[in-house]
Amino acid sequence: MRSLIIRRLIVSVPLIVVVTALTFVLESLVPGNTARAIIGTSGSPAAYQQLRAQLGLNNPLWYQYWQYLDQVLHGNLGTSVFTGEPVSTLLNQRLGVTLSLVLLATAFCAVLGVLLGVVSAVRGGVVGRAVDVLSLVGLALPGFWVAIILAAVFAVTLRIFPATGYIPPTVSVGRWLWALTLPVIALGLGGVASVAKQTRDSMKDTLAREYVRTLRASGIGRGSIIWKHALRNGAIPVVTVLGLVFVGALSSTVFVEAVFVLPGLGSMAVTATSQHDIPVIEGIALYFTVLVVIVNVLLDVVYGLLNPKVRRG
Amino acid sequence: MSEIAAVAAPERPAEQAPSRGLLRRALRKPLGVTSAVYLVLLTLACVLAPLIAPYAPLAEDLVHVQQGPTGAHLLGTDELGRDVLSRLLYGGQLTLLGVVECVAVLLIISLPAGLAAGYLGGWVDRAVNVVVDLLLSVPGIIVVLAVLAVFGTSMTAAMVTFGVLGSAGVTRVVRSTVLSVREELYVAAARVSGVSEPRIVVRHVLPRIAGPVIVQASLFAAIALAIQTGLAFLSLGVAPPAPSWGGMVGEAANLINQDGWLLVPSGGVIALTILAFGLIGDAVRDATVEGWSATAAPAALAPRKARRPAAGAPADGTALADGAALTDGAALTRGAAVAGDAWQPDDAVLAVRDLSVAFDGPGGPVTVVDRVSFTLRAGEVLGIVGESGCGKSVTALSLLQLLPPNGRVNGGRVLLNGQDLTAMSERQISALRGKAVAMVFQDPTVSLDPSFLVGAQVAEVVRRHDKVSRAAARRRVLELFEQVRLPDPAGVARRYPHELSGGMAQRVCLALALAGRPSVLIADEPTTALDVTVQAGILELLRQLQKETGMSIILVTHDWGVVADVCDRALVMYAGQVVEQAPVNTLFREPRHPYTLGLQECNPQRQTAAGDLPVIPGTVLPPAAWPASCRFRERCRFAASDCAAAEIPLEHVPSVRGTAEHGADDREVRCIHWRELASARTA
Repeated sequence: MRSLIIRRLIVSVPLIVVVTALTFVLESLVPGNTARAIIGTSGSPAAYQQLRAQLGLNNPLWYQYWQYLDQVLHGNLGTSVFTGEPVSTLLNQRLGVTLSLVLLATAFCAVLGVLLGVVSAVRGGVVGRAVDVLSLVGLALPGFWVAIILAAVFAVTLRIFPATGYIPPTVSVGRWLWALTLPVIALGLGGVASVAKQTRDSMKDTLAREYVRTLRASGIGRGSIIWKHALRNGAIPVVTVLGLVFVGALSSTVFVEAVFVLPGLGSMAVTATSQHDIPVIEGIALYFTVLVVIVNVLLDVVYGLLNPKVRRG
Repeated sequence: MSEIAAVAAPERPAEQAPSRGLLRRALRKPLGVTSAVYLVLLTLACVLAPLIAPYAPLAEDLVHVQQGPTGAHLLGTDELGRDVLSRLLYGGQLTLLGVVECVAVLLIISLPAGLAAGYLGGWVDRAVNVVVDLLLSVPGIIVVLAVLAVFGTSMTAAMVTFGVLGSAGVTRVVRSTVLSVREELYVAAARVSGVSEPRIVVRHVLPRIAGPVIVQASLFAAIALAIQTGLAFLSLGVAPPAPSWGGMVGEAANLINQDGWLLVPSGGVIALTILAFGLIGDAVRDATVEGWSATAAPAALAPRKARRPAAGAPADGTALADGAALTDGAALTRGAAVAGDAWQPDDAVLAVRDLSVAFDGPGGPVTVVDRVSFTLRAGEVLGIVGESGCGKSVTALSLLQLLPPNGRVNGGRVLLNGQDLTAMSERQISALRGKAVAMVFQDPTVSLDPSFLVGAQVAEVVRRHDKVSRAAARRRVLELFEQVRLPDPAGVARRYPHELSGGMAQRVCLALALAGRPSVLIADEPTTALDVTVQAGILELLRQLQKETGMSIILVTHDWGVVADVCDRALVMYAGQVVEQAPVNTLFREPRHPYTLGLQECNPQRQTAAGDLPVIPGTVLPPAAWPASCRFRERCRFAASDCAAAEIPLEHVPSVRGTAEHGADDREVRCIHWRELASARTA
């Protein structure tokens, strides 16, 4: 189990190197690069050259990258071209918003998706068809459009939920949840369907297994067979899908945070893109990659907990 | 010339089967066809926008702003009075172009990479896999944003980047499909007959991966469209006044307080187009699966058809009604009933009367157990013997309503202390399972839940029956484990099923069955899946447990040695019917049915010299092909013309010697020539 986690972490190192290298190379491709962005087009050529030398932009690319990595490992992600603030400070202020959003969306998908999946596996019929329709709808409707419709109906017209803004849970857990309800639904709608489908397939498979027959023959009730034994044995592929849902929700924050004007990493990525603020984009790419790595490690832990052969093996 | 013919021969089936049939099958899906037609029309309309659009996309008309649909503006106008329909048509150009760029890049990368990885294997495969794993974990949207930050408003750069990132998943699909094709016989045959490798790839491998690749490409097109419109919605990658679908949603969103209509055409066309890509993917996927199952296993899908009749099916009166419906030959059924009722001992625990079971088949229900009757007495061990496919296990499963979902009891009764088990609801019979009648199955290693410690599993069953505290349940589990002679009960309780040997797992299953102190134990081939060395131990245990608890046992087996060792009486089943039943001693001494005789003769344990093992020629016919007359006739060496004339009744047969042996008079045979068999044996 521990070796599994360590192996996964080692495998993650090249991933982080690749993502940082990728964004770093992109930065070097900027036509009027960082020095130009700072000094502006009006600066004299001499001042421009001096700034290039100051920023180390005349060094070979690999050396620049090595220095960048060294800085990153020391927690220094550079400064925002636009505001001049350290990137890590900017990102840490906003990480909580995005994490709240993505974790709540994943939890929403897990609870509703598993519930719908189990019921449609056991009952079929109306719920099964509803899951099919929902998965089509979830696939077809782009998250940003769903977000706008939700905002239009529930915030603007019915005034049940706030249309924009974020309240930290440290201020009020209730208002935090309240403010995030619509964004979470917009992020999670597609995920609910994929979790439900996977749960249904897994449950149909495990319910046909011989040990389920043994349990039935021993007089164990339906409730225990369905919710304890079959669900537990069918959980691994569902957990895999939940991992994908998390990563998908993380990506979708780019659109959904913009609609609901939430001060998270996603909306910051959009702003930074339109402002050509490369260090910020680099920082967000790194944060997102690390989050994906953490989720992958957590998934491995959960696989181990669910599968005794891995745990004891 | 003849050489070329020989080489070409093995190619043909592969060339034709998947790809052409795939297209034809895909065209039969109405949703898929509708989606394809929609996409073609949409693409044409967007490409031809300069010709067919009623207005210029940027033509403003400040007199008519934000109108709903009118005759002049079919989809209304926006806040600058621009025609929404015209803007959608022009905007579609950029959107669809983005999708095409993205999917093209995706295919250009993933097809060669997947083919190389799957076909060449080795280090190429490993290298591709490393890259695929990396790309799959990269947060794609952020990288796309980084590209946009660098390249300004180049939507092409963004979509190409997204195509590169998305190629990882498709590469993996191509690779695994190629791997499976490479192993198939016709590819090996083509290689052996000297077809060159590139030719094999083009003629054999590419057609097979066409289906999965189309599915992946169309699903990815749906995602690409969502990303493209999403970026445009965020005003990234497009220059503002130019129309784009996503941009129009964005403009509509700004007006949301005044007018909701503008969200409908822009969002609608995006949703419909994404849906169309997704539905095409689904249609091709279904067509691909059908193509495989049509050639590989037509029967595999059959049992899934009617999934739900399950547990409650044989409700109250239906059992009797069905029983009546079966009475084609009235005399015959009466004969069976007389034979059954003539001997109704006081110590009967379980009485089965005219039990019939049917399974749903492709051509309607097929009867696999046909009016089986027997009586189990207290403390008796009753064997049910026969070859595979004779209905032994189905009979056993049907007693406790444990049939698979496509099977059901459609006649007869199962009486336990006067209560009819076939008429019970799932809840009622669930209370009896394990408590009055328990069951153990063939393969113990798959009969225990792999995710729970065996001690916890048995404890759950104990608490279901005894309603005791957790601690008391744990103590009872250890007692049960001792009762089934498991060494180190406490240690075994802390193990998972995969940590047990087959013999230990079967002992745990027996402990599970004993937990409710049942009066009847049904053991379905309990030793068949075990090592020969372990089998004797389990049989000995069964015998001991029977003595200790006094319970009755129904032992389903195909092994005469087991019958001889353990059983008091045996029921011989052939093709869903009881063909003979008698006390075991009598049955061995004086078999009266040719099938019983045949089974005994080919029992390997009876062979002494190294002669050829006798066999019964032929096999058991599938249930749908069972004749109304004698079902064993085709394989019977005593068969005569009258055997095919009519259904053969189950006859009551007196014991030859008329001994006073217990139950000796209770014997039945389903053969009109049993007297000849008897005299032939005594002669």
